[in-house]
Amino acid sequence: MTLAHTVDNANVTRRDFLYVASAGMAAVGGALALWPFIDQMNPAADTLALKEVEFDLTPLVPGQIVTIEWQKKPVFVRRRTPEEIKAAEDTPLADLKDPQTDQSRVQKPEWLILVATCTHLGCVPSKEIKGDYGGWLCPCHGSHYDTSGRIRKGPAPKNLAVPPYEFLSDTKVLIGAEPKPAAHNAAEHG
Amino acid sequence: MSHGNYSYTPTNALTKWLDARLPIVRFVDEHLMQFPTPKNLNYWYTFGGILAFMLVVQIISGVVLAMHYVPHETLAFDSVERIMRDVNYGWLLRYVHANGASMFFIAVYLHIFRAYYYGSYKAPREVLWILGIIIYLLMMATGFLGYTLPWGQMSFWGATVITNFFSAIPFVGESITQWLWGSFAVDNSTLQRFFSLHYLLPFVIAGVVVLHIWALHVPGNNNPLGIDVKGPADTVAFHPYYTTKDGFALVVFVLFFSLFVFFMPNMLGHTDNYVPANRLVTPAHIVPEWYYLPLYAVLRSVPDKLAGVLLMFGAIFVWALLPWLDTSKVRSNKFRPIYRQFYWILMAVILILGYLGAQTADDSNVVIPWTGVELPIGKLLLSQICTVYYFLHFFLITPAIGLWETPDPLPESISKAVLAKKSGSSAPAAAA
Amino acid sequence: MKLKALLAVVLSLATAGIASAEGASTTAAQHPEPQQWAWDGVFGKFDRQQLQRGYQVYKEVCAACHGMHLVSFRNLSQPGGPEFTEAQMKAIAASFKVPALNENGEVVERTGIPADRFPSPYPNEAAARAANNNAYPPDLSVIIKARHDGANYVHALITGYSDAPAGFQLLPGLNYNPYFEGHQIAMPAPLVSDGQVTWPEGNPPATKDQMAKDVVAFLTWAAEPKLEERKAMGVQVIIFLLVLSALLYLAYKRLWRDVDH
Repeated sequence: MTLAHTVDNANVTRRDFLYVASAGMAAVGGALALWPFIDQMNPAADTLALKEVEFDLTPLVPGQIVTIEWQKKPVFVRRRTPEEIKAAEDTPLADLKDPQTDQSRVQKPEWLILVATCTHLGCVPSKEIKGDYGGWLCPCHGSHYDTSGRIRKGPAPKNLAVPPYEFLSDTKVLIGAEPKPAAHNAAEHG
Repeated sequence: MSHGNYSYTPTNALTKWLDARLPIVRFVDEHLMQFPTPKNLNYWYTFGGILAFMLVVQIISGVVLAMHYVPHETLAFDSVERIMRDVNYGWLLRYVHANGASMFFIAVYLHIFRAYYYGSYKAPREVLWILGIIIYLLMMATGFLGYTLPWGQMSFWGATVITNFFSAIPFVGESITQWLWGSFAVDNSTLQRFFSLHYLLPFVIAGVVVLHIWALHVPGNNNPLGIDVKGPADTVAFHPYYTTKDGFALVVFVLFFSLFVFFMPNMLGHTDNYVPANRLVTPAHIVPEWYYLPLYAVLRSVPDKLAGVLLMFGAIFVWALLPWLDTSKVRSNKFRPIYRQFYWILMAVILILGYLGAQTADDSNVVIPWTGVELPIGKLLLSQICTVYYFLHFFLITPAIGLWETPDPLPESISKAVLAKKSGSSAPAAAA
Repeated sequence: MKLKALLAVVLSLATAGIASAEGASTTAAQHPEPQQWAWDGVFGKFDRQQLQRGYQVYKEVCAACHGMHLVSFRNLSQPGGPEFTEAQMKAIAASFKVPALNENGEVVERTGIPADRFPSPYPNEAAARAANNNAYPPDLSVIIKARHDGANYVHALITGYSDAPAGFQLLPGLNYNPYFEGHQIAMPAPLVSDGQVTWPEGNPPATKDQMAKDVVAFLTWAAEPKLEERKAMGVQVIIFLLVLSALLYLAYKRLWRDVDH
């Protein structure tokens, strides 16, 4: 009787192992098979390849802002006037919701390049209505940005992001180039 | 039968509460767990579960492909290629979906021919059988619509030929085909409506599948012996006995499926479908997908347009009449020594029709593949003979043999037959 | 059972028939001779050097008339392909001119970037026909998959030009090629002499046959850039399913052992 009992136990153990192993393996296989169905919604290779855009700065006059497209997003390129630069540089960091110096946001003070997406809920701030600080006003929920694209008033939590870019020459800029140390703040706000 | 010894008792407060409001746990327990299933079902009975799995695979892979596919005549071909090249795992999803259609048809044919062999269409399962034929028709329509979407040469000309079936209808045929196309010929309007319908029909199939399973669960499964279940000794619970067996068969089927997806993904397709659609040039050799080939041969066997189309549809609808054309009282071909022979002859005739459906549309003689041996019979004549035989099988051979044949003696019950087989004395006529 | 044997024979005939359903007229295309390809078989992979040489043949010989609009320059450096270095790939992209719009909305040409696709040599089909005696040089992106037995066929076609046999009525402007349906092809022999393409040291001699094989390899990759990924994943999937099916079979047998069946 003892012997029969032992055999039975061994049987049960082996049977349980088989059931658990096959069910577990099937579950793992199912989970692995799910990944392609999820990953297919991530940006495709051709979308990711559109990472750089070249822009010719020559036509811009001081004070002018143009909007160009980079990675399906609008980007502001602003040729700042000396007054605008001064206003941006003279702002004390204590006045800022998201403190950043103007120097850390530009490679050449004359050229301000920003991702034109309001950090609140993604609208494009207006370049015609410049808001209380001479920069931009977001038409959706009234966020005011200054001449460095920093948030000064309204619901947006962060400054307008600086995309990675590189000056190819005095008149040509490549937006989306691999981040150089000078433009590392893009990572913070991207 | 299914309700005979069924019991479910909610065990805790939550399941009691739910059971009084939406007895879904009871439903699952009754129909997927405890459901009494004849214990002698063989591997041919696993295709029902495999088909349910394939329907889910096709719907899920189709839904995600539709996130990337563009149903427009100038963009469709390139959008499919973008899926193949740029979308993450897009090549996998597309090859799964394209080969999945073929796997679906392999499984459905085995499922249908198994049901035919064991007489699963006979009373009280006629409605179950007819619902199955409706599912098959819906699958044919869905497969055809889907084949149009890549907008290659075969897509375009397949759509042209199939929609032209309807132009055979007297008086209104031309208007109906123009209505189907939304144009003077297959064009962008056709593609867009085909895409819409290709997305819709699988959900209709899923609905009819629910009815099909409902109709199965009223009388319960037939079985290879074709005799009724006499009591609990004849059955086992569906879970875990058949979930394990179906699960094993499913994995083997997926293994077979994987060989195509990963190692010969284009074997079941046609090279011309990698040529973008061109409405000015028809490919030299236009054939439908393999699963339509026997029907295509029936269509071409008649030199009259309307008659050909009617005969082709008749070749499908005749299956719906089978429960009434078969006059035999015995279900399973295990016990029908004569009719069994004709079953295999019909299978051979269907395969020959499939072979003929793949041949060029000329009246040269039949050549045996590989050997190059030419038979002294034209392809057209052979398809005509096969087509005539096909219909004779249903309208003459089936009713006549049912009346004349003396079936072998049936076992008393499933459990008795099983025990007899186990003890070594072979069950009566347990051949095929 | 005899009937089952008969059925097996008929089944094999039917499948063979589907696979070999070909027309049989007097000018039917000659079957191409099968070649050994590096990517054949379950574990087959592309030969990187061969793909790089094949790219060179494509660019120097085919690209004058044939586009390849589904392939991007960036693909040339991705895994499983010719695997040019990033810098080489960028240089290749920059060596092409692609159509673009300037600030005034005029069509101009700009230097290619990695995200661009291979530009087609003609702006549209009508222009291509006009320049080629009304024949249309097909796009080569998926040509290997768009022809029956594609790799062997393209190899046989581009190396198979010969003089027309006596009595063959060759239309003006066409060329004799027995591998082409109808035996008359508008494309003149693309590979005319050994050494037509010069490739770097360490590669096999640029014979006509070698150039043909290499460009076929390149076009096979272009048609199926995920071939290596697909086969590698396939091997893993098959091994996984074999183990799982073995386990499930044992579980099934174990479970049913206690049932009389």
